[in-house]
Amino acid sequence: MDEILKEFLIESYENLDRLDRDLVTLEKEPHDKDTLASVFRTIHTLKGSSGFLGLTQLEAVAHVGENLLSKMRDGQLVINPEIASALLATVDAVRGMLSDVEATGQIADRDNSDLIATLVRLNDTPLAGKGPGTKSRTEEHSAVSPQSKAAAEDRAPAGSPEQVAEQRKTTESPSGTAPLPTAAPAPTERAKSVPEPAKNPASAAEPSEARNHSASESSIRVDVGLLDKLMNLVGELVLARNQVLQFTSQSTDSAFTATSQRLNLITTELQGSVMKTRMQPIGNIWGKLPRVVRDLSASCGKEVRLEMEGQETELDKTIIEAIKDPLTHIVRNSVDHGIESPEIREQRGKPTEGCLKMRAYHEGGQVNIEISDDGGGVDVERVKQKAVLRGLITNEQAARMSDHEALHIIFMPGFSTAETITNVSGRGVGMDVVKTNIEKIGGTVDLQSQLGQGATLKIKIPLTLAIIPALIVTSGGDRFAIPQVSLLELVRLESGNSKNLIECIHGTPVYRLRGQLLPLVCLNRELKLTGEQGPGKSPFDGEIVSIVVLQADGHPFGLVVDEINDTEEIVVKPLGKQLKGVACFAGATIMGDGRVALILDVIGLAQGASVVTELRERSSLLENTSQPKKVRDNRQTLLLFSVSEGSRMAIPLSMVARLEEFPLSSIEHSGGQQVVRYRGQILPLVHVSDYLPNNGAPEAAIQDPLPVVVYTEQGRSIGLVVGRINDIVSETITVKRHSFGNGILGSVVIQGAVTDLLDVQAVIRAADPSFYPAKLSPSIAA
Amino acid sequence: MTESRQFATFLLNNLFFGVEVLKVQEVIRYQQMTRVPIAPPMIRGLINLRGQIITAIDLRRRFEFPDRPGDRLPMNVVIRTDDGAVSLLVDEIGDVLEVEKDGYEAVPETLTGVGRDLIRGVYKLPDRLLLILDTERAVSLPNGFNRPASLN
Repeated sequence: MDEILKEFLIESYENLDRLDRDLVTLEKEPHDKDTLASVFRTIHTLKGSSGFLGLTQLEAVAHVGENLLSKMRDGQLVINPEIASALLATVDAVRGMLSDVEATGQIADRDNSDLIATLVRLNDTPLAGKGPGTKSRTEEHSAVSPQSKAAAEDRAPAGSPEQVAEQRKTTESPSGTAPLPTAAPAPTERAKSVPEPAKNPASAAEPSEARNHSASESSIRVDVGLLDKLMNLVGELVLARNQVLQFTSQSTDSAFTATSQRLNLITTELQGSVMKTRMQPIGNIWGKLPRVVRDLSASCGKEVRLEMEGQETELDKTIIEAIKDPLTHIVRNSVDHGIESPEIREQRGKPTEGCLKMRAYHEGGQVNIEISDDGGGVDVERVKQKAVLRGLITNEQAARMSDHEALHIIFMPGFSTAETITNVSGRGVGMDVVKTNIEKIGGTVDLQSQLGQGATLKIKIPLTLAIIPALIVTSGGDRFAIPQVSLLELVRLESGNSKNLIECIHGTPVYRLRGQLLPLVCLNRELKLTGEQGPGKSPFDGEIVSIVVLQADGHPFGLVVDEINDTEEIVVKPLGKQLKGVACFAGATIMGDGRVALILDVIGLAQGASVVTELRERSSLLENTSQPKKVRDNRQTLLLFSVSEGSRMAIPLSMVARLEEFPLSSIEHSGGQQVVRYRGQILPLVHVSDYLPNNGAPEAAIQDPLPVVVYTEQGRSIGLVVGRINDIVSETITVKRHSFGNGILGSVVIQGAVTDLLDVQAVIRAADPSFYPAKLSPSIAA
Repeated sequence: MTESRQFATFLLNNLFFGVEVLKVQEVIRYQQMTRVPIAPPMIRGLINLRGQIITAIDLRRRFEFPDRPGDRLPMNVVIRTDDGAVSLLVDEIGDVLEVEKDGYEAVPETLTGVGRDLIRGVYKLPDRLLLILDTERAVSLPNGFNRPASLN
């Protein structure tokens, strides 16, 4: 195909995508000059290019559209739904003509006279938009503007007129002023070459810069095939680098060693960057949805607001492409079936405007996409009836089904709850296609619904190829990556007392993490690795026990590993089909040194170790008995400190957020109080000794640095200045003497000496009455 | 039967095997592997092949032959499958042979067990027999191998 024509098509498709978005934005914010200017420029460019290429029909449509827009730009017209619809129809007509050009090299005989007539009519009714209708429209817009603004700001500009002009200039010069190509080249070649890049508008465009389309200046369009090739080449480079490094280890030439170290670093960085080129924010495909929602809600007579969250969540290009259509399907479904008409919503006491929320985020090593609406939800009984009626299930099956199972009928082929078949949905194809498509890329779809409250569709896509931060651990001599999303914290037990800290319930090891029992899973045992410790030897015999506290399905458990190394950004690669049966692994990754490391599937691992089911029982048990741990568990980990010379005080370690030391020079004063700057916040300091009865003991000398116990409650922190921090002990404590009201909760015997339990909350309340919100949290367990 | 008559050959437990040359992506020396715990024993590990992670299947274990002596490092025959590239670990690499179509014969009925599953047919060479490997089956887990952990 003619180079110029090809360029024109690619450009125009991108521009049209942006037009869709801009027009929807403009309808919500009619006075947004920037967006209007952008729309105008785009149409103008299109008109110019099509005229230049001799596409007269296209030019004619673009021309009337431009006329209308220029009146709007001059303030003679204000956009209203009718104008917006007409302009969007123009976009569709142009798109249709472009696809003709793409397929056959020329525009098929299309009748655009209706459209042109409409545009001309709208153009000839000046100030039509100034009527009362627009006013209410404007008011409405101001009510929703924060969302729409946010939505608009997240849209990536696909290309700018400058760029268009630039590119036309370059293509123009070599081939001269070639008009429309008369001889149509082989259609197959065209079909292959053109749509590919056209589908991936400005892949590198950052979604942050909103209305000034400067992103296009800092990004270029690259063929995906080229990226794949780059990726492979980088792989080769990594191998070569590894070999060089092996020579380095035998070499004594320091210059050579330094150079190869540099090569090492650069290669690693290059590898990471090339991998990232394939990642795209999900916002790229969400950009189309506002238009879909707008058109659909207009045609269904509904009011729907679209909210998006997490547009920046990155997915591999191939996955992005694969979920594009399913997402559109789901959104259409939600608007058509989910959200009720304004009248019904009013009856049900909901705001007339329905809300459709889309959320994307990384979790558990997967990308989650949630689409929720506040509509009518799914009527499970009706779904069952329909399914029986359509012969998808039998009556008995329907009776046996749980609600959750019944919801999944929606994903069966041939199912539809719509009473009438509209042009939108009701044909009984759709959700099953959605499910198949998502499952094809290894994802899952789940539906949750509350009748009358709305429905939430959750899509989980495996992180195949996604770059995720992961914790690298070593166990049994091998490295494993643990997705950071399931990571809660790291615990390191040192110097042989680990044996005492880890207790066993009938052979099952547990650890008390701030008073809660944390079941331990030993990675070596789970994966049947024979590492440094021989078989039969307990993994807890070592000097140091490293526990990675993970979360599976909301249940924490501790994974005991030999060594915790580092966190790294890893690129997830799928495992071959031979390894699909091994639930413990989510994939593999290539480490910086070129070696392969397996990625642990935390959920699979937890299930393999029966953590999940056991925990479920445990937590339900906990829920049944109120306030369980205070009564049952007297063993506590306590922080021992002294306030004045010779005093012994303790607080439960679970109340301590952090222990810090501040040099005296860092202390500042604010509002008559001592404060320090701490982690970007101002931390007020409270001298514990000021709030305790003076028993005549001499004050401890002021230490420098000042030992401070940081206490955090509901996001607010306070620093308790103590005399000296002595020790952390784990003891079974029984309160020997209760005393109240003077900042001391009671006395206990710890390590054979009487120790006072500090009433932290009383002290803080005395120091800063406003620290606690009105409702006081429960007092210290003692 | 077989369209292609060029075979990449290799030795496995002193048997002479052939794989259609078009299915072979490359042949490489022994590579460092990352073992996969609790995986089926025939999976020896994962190899980083220029940024692609490839499963290495020990053909000896797949054929239920004894493991090769510890001092002998296997070679990798990387083959293309529907599911991406897979590496077959073999003892030694032979030449690419062009064989006459006439020399082909199906495996005798007396061959049973794994051999019957994995050997598609035989070419009668002047001095020896060339066993044609069914690569798709060779890279699949043996039948009934759904619970890999139970074998460990």
